Amino acid sequence: MFIEEIHKLAEQEKEAQSAYQHHVYVCTGTACLSAHSDQIQDALNQEVKSRGLEKVCKITGGGCRGLCAAGPMVSVEPDNILYQAVEAADAPEIIQGLSDKPVERLLCNTDSSFFTRQSKIVLNNSGDIDPERIEDYLAVGGYEGLIMALNELTPPQVVEMITKSGLRGRGGAGYPTGLKWGTVAKAIGSPKYVICNGDEGDPGAFMDRSVMEANPHAIIEGMAIAAYAVGANQGYLYVRAEYPLAVKRLQMAIKQATKHNLLGDNIAGTTFSFKLDIRLGAGAFVCGEETALIASIEGKRGNPRPRPPYPAESGLWGKPTLINNVETITNVPSIINKGAEWFASIGTEKSKGTKVFALTGRITHTGLIEVPMGISLREIIYDIGGGIPDGRVFKAVQTGGPSGGCIPEAHLDMPVDYESLAKVGSIMGSGGMIVMDDTSCMVDVAKYFMEFCKSESCGKCVPCRVGTSQMYRILDSITRGEATLDDLALLEELCDMVANTSLCGLGQAAPNPVKSTLKFFRDEYMAHIVDKRCPAGVCKMTHAEVVR
Amino acid sequence: MSNEKIVLPSDDKRWRLVNATMRRHGYSPDALIETLHTVQEAFGFLDSTSLHFVAKSLGVPLSRVYGVATFYNFFTMKPQGDHTCVVCLGTACYIKGAPDLIASIQQEMGIKPGETTADKKVSLLVARCLGACGLAPAVVLDGEVAGKIGPAEVIEKLRKWE
Repeated sequence: MFIEEIHKLAEQEKEAQSAYQHHVYVCTGTACLSAHSDQIQDALNQEVKSRGLEKVCKITGGGCRGLCAAGPMVSVEPDNILYQAVEAADAPEIIQGLSDKPVERLLCNTDSSFFTRQSKIVLNNSGDIDPERIEDYLAVGGYEGLIMALNELTPPQVVEMITKSGLRGRGGAGYPTGLKWGTVAKAIGSPKYVICNGDEGDPGAFMDRSVMEANPHAIIEGMAIAAYAVGANQGYLYVRAEYPLAVKRLQMAIKQATKHNLLGDNIAGTTFSFKLDIRLGAGAFVCGEETALIASIEGKRGNPRPRPPYPAESGLWGKPTLINNVETITNVPSIINKGAEWFASIGTEKSKGTKVFALTGRITHTGLIEVPMGISLREIIYDIGGGIPDGRVFKAVQTGGPSGGCIPEAHLDMPVDYESLAKVGSIMGSGGMIVMDDTSCMVDVAKYFMEFCKSESCGKCVPCRVGTSQMYRILDSITRGEATLDDLALLEELCDMVANTSLCGLGQAAPNPVKSTLKFFRDEYMAHIVDKRCPAGVCKMTHAEVVR
Repeated sequence: MSNEKIVLPSDDKRWRLVNATMRRHGYSPDALIETLHTVQEAFGFLDSTSLHFVAKSLGVPLSRVYGVATFYNFFTMKPQGDHTCVVCLGTACYIKGAPDLIASIQQEMGIKPGETTADKKVSLLVARCLGACGLAPAVVLDGEVAGKIGPAEVIEKLRKWE
């Protein structure tokens, strides 16, 4: 298919869509689906049919709207109506409401700060397009970035553009994306590969899952642009097997893109060819580490190896390989379309653009949000998140999963960017943001993450394999009220040792939850050790009696 | 392996699915994980017969096949019960009461995570994170996600299986 045909297809789709007076979108993200939003979609279709409104109203299963706590969500365009907590039985009322007044009791206020304080790039089309139809994506300008890159830009110009935009890796570490692309582009060796890391392993994070489910074509487009920029003709999308819906939609999207000649040989009538395959992860947190991920794609155990050489020089099958996270890749088409300056105008001096967070835990509005870099944690938690429910008191917010830390009240006004979060002992991470109130014990939380790292350690290097086990043992004895101050000193020593001598990021970052809770909530550790008491009442002390 | 004929372990049609996956990847050793996924999808778990078959067909040492099968959490070498109950242990679920769910299920069914009841009816499993954090705490009962659930409700649902 040539460019003209693709443009024609997009135009046709736009026309077909504008023929409808109303467009009803039913969220079919995982959270809403598990509340049976598919039945709502069926009921709405049934209702439209029985009223003979097929030519007036179109029902579409869309991606995530973000406010998972109030799901299932249904939206009506162009009337800009959002319904929450919808049930299949509400279908007649909703359809009746199209020509009448909206259904008052189901309305969700779209002027609330949950919606108005967000700014969307990655999640922009999420919810407004049917993820299972390429035509929907084309109609909102999809694949324009790829076509523009292929026809108007040279590969070095694409790299230059990404560099200028200031985009940094959204997987957690924040390595400048343009620099990475440039290194792979210049690397000697062929063929080259592009890998998209969709092995979202952090517990408490579901941003990438949502993007893969709601907007799979944006990932394909971003990967194709990346491949063009670095000179690769083969790509791999590494997705968790635990995300069956994401896998299904990505497979569908790859098939459609190939059929429309937006993947495969001579894309859109140019000389550029790019093939994309899905590889299933199999549940190993360490495979988020790039060298372990490469081993896994090669069909081996996910053991990391020392770097250098970096994958940019010697990656998949020893060839130069570019690895980017799902969210990073999804930013790419927008940057090509709207320009590097536009992207660089959002965010802070060193952290550009937006970040998607999965806001969960003890917070009123759990869900998926996208905010500009530099927003404060307080704004996220209280304005967007709606604060702590049940009249409880905020205690800490955890970012970065098992590699991150817990941030207390005192630092809530700090801007959210890579450097500020690192300064308080946490990391940006992939985007999990778990809010805790006074019912959570910080020692117990540290133990939880250490248990995670201990069982996810691949076992290759000793500091991580043995160190995390020993740290877990000490934390466990603290929560049982059996530890002494000597144990605490040993724990702190182990924190340094494991962080400084482990082979890969998993071990190097494993002590972060312990270090940050020790720094900000040392009194809770002391209460467990000295008074044999858990202030939050979570830990069951075996030595309940105070031994003095 | 290209010139050697692949001999399926039995007439079971599911072996053909496994073979099809390997064929699609040209019987390359790289296809090991993809092939194990197909085996588990078809048979529900990996056993000695399937590991031997995959090792021989892909020309990979059995030790490496076993290593991969036991390294990844997703692969299981034990058959599951008629029903499965997966409790999510992601951070959001953990702080919203997942440990209590496990404790009460454990007490009710007399099995620990990873075990199956003696009558092979119910298997209790834990997941690292289902990515359904908006529904915390979440459990998956026979593939269906049930969110914002308490111990009493879970037990009630489990009793219906018995």
